[in-house]
Amino acid sequence: MFSWDLLANAIVAGILLGGFYAAVSLGVSLTFGLLDVVNIAHPAFVILGAYVAYMMNSSFGLDPILTGVLFTPLFYAVGAGVYRIYYSSFERRGEESLRGLVFFFGLLFIIEVALSLKYGVDYRMVEAAYIGKSIDLGGVGIAFRLLVPCVVGLAMTLALYLFLSRTFYGRAVMGVSQDQVALRLMGANPVRIKTIAFGIGIAAASLSGALLITISPVVPSTDRDYIGRVFAITVLGGLGSIGGTLVASIILGVAESLMATLFGPSWSLAVSFGILLLALAVRPAGLFGR
Amino acid sequence: MKTVRAFLVGVALIGLGLLLVGLRVNPYAYFAGYVVLQYVIIATAWNVLGGYAGYVNFGTPAFFALGAYTAIFLIEAFGAPLPVLILAGGLVAGLLGLGIGYLTLRLKGVFFSIATFALSVVLQTLIINWDYVGGAKGYTLIRPPAPFFGSWAILLFMVMVGLAVVTVLVARSVERSWIGRGLAALRDNEEAAECMGVPTLRLKLFATTLSGFFLGVAGAPFPYYVTYVEPSSAFDLNYAVNALAMPMIGGTTTWIGPVIGAVLLGTAQQVATVTISSELNLLIVGVVLVLFVVLAPEGIVGLVRRLRHR
Amino acid sequence: MSRPMADTLLEIDAISKRFGGFLALDRVSLRVRAGERLGLIGPNGSGKTTLINCVSGALPTDGGRILFEGRDITALPAHQRTRLGIVRSFQIPKPFTSMTVLENLGIPLEYAAPARSHGAAAALDILRAIGLDAKAQLRPTGLTQIEMRKLELARAMAARPKLLISDEAMAGLSSAEVDDILAILFRLNESGITIIMIEHIMRAVMRFSQRVVVLDAGTRIAEGTPEEIVRNPAVEKAYLGE
Repeated sequence: MFSWDLLANAIVAGILLGGFYAAVSLGVSLTFGLLDVVNIAHPAFVILGAYVAYMMNSSFGLDPILTGVLFTPLFYAVGAGVYRIYYSSFERRGEESLRGLVFFFGLLFIIEVALSLKYGVDYRMVEAAYIGKSIDLGGVGIAFRLLVPCVVGLAMTLALYLFLSRTFYGRAVMGVSQDQVALRLMGANPVRIKTIAFGIGIAAASLSGALLITISPVVPSTDRDYIGRVFAITVLGGLGSIGGTLVASIILGVAESLMATLFGPSWSLAVSFGILLLALAVRPAGLFGR
Repeated sequence: MKTVRAFLVGVALIGLGLLLVGLRVNPYAYFAGYVVLQYVIIATAWNVLGGYAGYVNFGTPAFFALGAYTAIFLIEAFGAPLPVLILAGGLVAGLLGLGIGYLTLRLKGVFFSIATFALSVVLQTLIINWDYVGGAKGYTLIRPPAPFFGSWAILLFMVMVGLAVVTVLVARSVERSWIGRGLAALRDNEEAAECMGVPTLRLKLFATTLSGFFLGVAGAPFPYYVTYVEPSSAFDLNYAVNALAMPMIGGTTTWIGPVIGAVLLGTAQQVATVTISSELNLLIVGVVLVLFVVLAPEGIVGLVRRLRHR
Repeated sequence: MSRPMADTLLEIDAISKRFGGFLALDRVSLRVRAGERLGLIGPNGSGKTTLINCVSGALPTDGGRILFEGRDITALPAHQRTRLGIVRSFQIPKPFTSMTVLENLGIPLEYAAPARSHGAAAALDILRAIGLDAKAQLRPTGLTQIEMRKLELARAMAARPKLLISDEAMAGLSSAEVDDILAILFRLNESGITIIMIEHIMRAVMRFSQRVVVLDAGTRIAEGTPEEIVRNPAVEKAYLGE
């Protein structure tokens, strides 16, 4: 059963998977980690992005990742709109904790059910020239369907990092999480900043959905698997640290990949949720906590 | 006096259930009634923790399924009878509740909720990989002939009537006792409650255990009801959403809220499943939930109260 | 420490508290006599709030002992300390928002106070004494800033404290309102309640306190009458920096 080749393959696949997990988690790192908005519906937007990629791919033969990029402005607008509703209904009234959470949970449920009404519960997949190809590096195969999403995920991570550290709005987002008064003095409106950040979070979710469907087929209920992954990564990564998110993503990717190889795929999901439970119980501040 | 009256109302409701049984209406009514009553228990149990204490549990399926799978284990191992299954299912789920109660020591607010969701998935994975109770393939129960009423549908319906009445009475008496007032204080502000002499940890443990117990009780007869249980049906996300939506729609601060929510939403779903489609009815649940949480945050109870004050 | 033990209500014996690598309290000792009015001052981050969090039980200590009426309470949870008579008010009022003002007082009356003082009548008495009885049926969200502070004090009173720790009960109030709160605290003290006041408004602390203790960077740097403290060069240095 066991061989070093198998192990090496599992680790490499895990690292590639980690790059993609980072893409899925960036939005939550931003909204939950920095803005304290618990967008538990984030994975549903990921799946929505995946189905948009599927639709454009099956109807027009458009590349899934290109579709993902093209649709980011639309999802940005959707995200900004969702945040506006959230803000005026909960945050402004100081009721965000319980009801805000329920709001997002309801949103997740609506998106999932709407997708299964439209597309049914069959697995959907996309076609692209690179899917199915791979290169062999001394016994370790690197599948393009994993490599391409990983590279895009890393690019997204870098872009978000640069945005947060180099631009006025990015610094303002960091400011929102630390000192709202100082932010006002800078002449920035916290609600506007949060709207922008939330829009970016949802746009990132949709793009990572395109990556997801490139990696593997998708059903509407796939979002549930990602609730645990995404929050495990965000908590483990230290709530809002972009570098931490990337490291945590790779740890989780490798752990899941090893688990699937050694014990079978039905256990791999338990890894992320188990890690999440452990992280929450032992060290809520995460590995790289602020 | 009021407690006595509530008790009498409960007995009357059980009597009404028996009357309904005597009338021998369309058998589908018992099937649908079972589900609605099951949701009365689930919503009431969830609300003890979520509504009274303010800890949102996303892991309702974990407790419900634990009740169901405890029952399956006991049927498989000892051929235990239904009353034992219900009690054992409640106790095991109550124990899990006690466990998540200790989790509240470290995890507040959303972290608690996410942890309960995670718990549900981990538990589901364990069950999927446990072949003794059917594993991923599921478990088929061969029911003996029903000992009373001549049919399982009617018997189980009556069992649910009784369990629902007990659950609601317990929740109501908790709400109106010193425990309920202490839970409300810790829901409003845990730190201030502790500083005002409220033993917050003990009350939270009480709430999580009681809530878990009744969620397990709701799940224990499930194998008898469906006769085929698979992990995906026992751990269905619908339980998590309905457990949340029903109290939210009815109103979370009083015992009547979850009952109203469960009866309205539960009945609507049963009707919709027959007349429209089961997926569309879930969509309706989601939309109604979001609308209520945005537009009527205190639920139907809150709306009625506001109308009366006018 | 030459004072007789007999009238010591609270004794803090060399307690320390760390947050990660940061030492917030470094073996702080303090004795409070029964019936005393003690002012606790210090610059931001000096450890005042940490100290009272340790005394009230909100935070566990890392070494040292706390004795109340001669009994070691270091390991007791906060709600049990409240029942013994150590009650605090919060800097930012933390009312129970789903309850009326009257019901807010019901919680400590039911949970902390001795059994005989239960009931709405007791709660109304306290509200009357503090001048909040007209608002008894309102929700806290309908209260003004000063009324919120009064509710905070009234709720603390309902727990029937022997020792009241008032954490910046006056921050952000007008000077007339400060006088209002001060008058209430003086009256409470006359009725036999020991009070530790943490305050940034110097005028108020100096007028109120019989004795003032100064914390800086987690250690006690001075102690004395208000007059002595005002003239103390170490205190001046701590506040103004070097």
